[in-house]
Amino acid sequence: MEGWDPNTKSTLTQIPLLTIKAGPRDGAAWTQRLKEEYKALIAYTQMNKSNDNDWFRISAANPEGTRWTGKCWYVHNLLKYEFDLQFDIPVTYPTTAPELELPQIDGKTQKMYRGGKICLTVHFKPLWAKNCPRFGIAHALCLGLAPWLAAEIPILVDSGMIKHKDDATTSTDS
Amino acid sequence: MEEELKEVLKELNSLKQSFTDPSHRAPIDKIQLHVERIANLGNSGVRRSKVKDMSAEVVDSNPYSRLMALQRMGIVENYERIRDFSVAIVGVGGVGSVAAEMLTRCGIGRLLLYDYDKVELANMNRLFFRPEQVNMTKTDAAVQTLSDINPDVVLESYTLNITTVQGFDTFVSSLKNKSFRPNKEGSGVDLVLSCVDNYEARMAVNQGCNELNQTWMESGVSEDAVSGHIQLLIPGETACFACAPPLVVASGVDERTLKREGVCAASLPTTMGVIAGLLVQNTLKFLLNFGLVSPYLGYNSLKDFFPTMEMKPNPQCSNGACMERQKEYLILKPARDAAAKAKMEAETSLVVEAPLHLDNEWSISVVDESELDKVDAKTSDALPDGLIRELPSADDYQTQPNEASASSNIDDLEDLRKQLEALNG
Repeated sequence: MEGWDPNTKSTLTQIPLLTIKAGPRDGAAWTQRLKEEYKALIAYTQMNKSNDNDWFRISAANPEGTRWTGKCWYVHNLLKYEFDLQFDIPVTYPTTAPELELPQIDGKTQKMYRGGKICLTVHFKPLWAKNCPRFGIAHALCLGLAPWLAAEIPILVDSGMIKHKDDATTSTDS
Repeated sequence: MEEELKEVLKELNSLKQSFTDPSHRAPIDKIQLHVERIANLGNSGVRRSKVKDMSAEVVDSNPYSRLMALQRMGIVENYERIRDFSVAIVGVGGVGSVAAEMLTRCGIGRLLLYDYDKVELANMNRLFFRPEQVNMTKTDAAVQTLSDINPDVVLESYTLNITTVQGFDTFVSSLKNKSFRPNKEGSGVDLVLSCVDNYEARMAVNQGCNELNQTWMESGVSEDAVSGHIQLLIPGETACFACAPPLVVASGVDERTLKREGVCAASLPTTMGVIAGLLVQNTLKFLLNFGLVSPYLGYNSLKDFFPTMEMKPNPQCSNGACMERQKEYLILKPARDAAAKAKMEAETSLVVEAPLHLDNEWSISVVDESELDKVDAKTSDALPDGLIRELPSADDYQTQPNEASASSNIDDLEDLRKQLEALNG
């Protein structure tokens, strides 16, 4: 973890770690895991709000908790850029990390696989693998998506690949 | 073009009808014949009809004569058996599509193809797909080409992502389906070939095959396109894909140093073709029972180095299904040993009994290796009095580290969901 900025590090240490190694096909154990996922997400969201660093919304799109949808946003030059966020929990979860997708900017950056899956290979997958099963969705957002947005969005904006939606500048994060 | 030519023919016909003088009709007939010939040229889809039995007859029109010759050469005992086999190919990309074409040309009985991607122009540096197939799903494009090449092969295509819960269920049930050969033991396929390009999909194939006790082969080409490998995985007997997790090295990057090079991996038609060739060769040896089936074969194209090795399963594998298969494999060990011994004896009895060496000046004798092992294990296990081992011995490590988690189920899932929704609101 050396090389990560102290902010990310201190945030990370405050997200509760998970204990149950169970995937969506593991029945009752998955329900337990899902509870832990929720607890971590709740803690992380609360922490972000109290630090005035709220940057995503995510909720399960099906009762089994295998598909998640929501939004994430990034502020660049005082303008807020918001994107749809979605991902599936893979069958081999938590051995393999979820593949986070930003479908709206699919094809706009090289650092993305087809379907808008952001590239997590270098900066996140090794961490996930080492910390299995202690990392969950909240950690994937904190260590996978947040640094990706911080690295990519400024470049995409400056190169004109993404434009700001002017009417969206007023609050949408009610 | 076909439509246009039909129109021309129609017009010529009506022109012919308008002439009353038969002498005028002759040149029109001539033109008509020409047009028909052109129409036939364009319509090159002269699809060959299905062949009922593979024949070894050496004629130009027999698509299997060169394959059946393998029998005459003494390589394969019964080549026609290939028609009984089903092979599933997961990932119809640079390796998978070529492997599928090779098996199709070999006259494999049934092919199951899985992919969720579409053909792109960026794929054209590899083999198999053609530019006019851009935007078709890879499975559809493959079925189109393969059914033209060999209509005898039963093709099943699945456009899905096997890492999702739904895709995985379809994948597993398609492997179980035995309608092609109802009396086959085990699953409905003889071999699964993994030709995917990512860790997640490999782990999904591994999971499915471990659960079904399905033998499979893994293949891969490195991101820099200059090396690759194939590996045979027999659940319980050889290492599964999760037994030896890939070396992960955290390179200590933060958001400021995230590489800008892009995620585009390099690829070469040559390396992909070589790996597909090695994979299908190993597949044929496995199915038709000839030669040595490689447990692992690497390919380093820079040095033309082909390393081989064997990997035993990890007794602490994190994959539950793999552990179960390992247990089953151990239970069957005595039966397997007896069978191997019987086979050995049958073979040796054929050899004329005679002393190997007439004299034995140094009194050299052969000792049973298994007895030697037992003695060794006992002596090396013993520790002097007062000493204990800090780490548990590998075979005893069975306790799962998840027992402390029971305390966290006070909360109701629905309550937690509502709590998160409240924060989202």
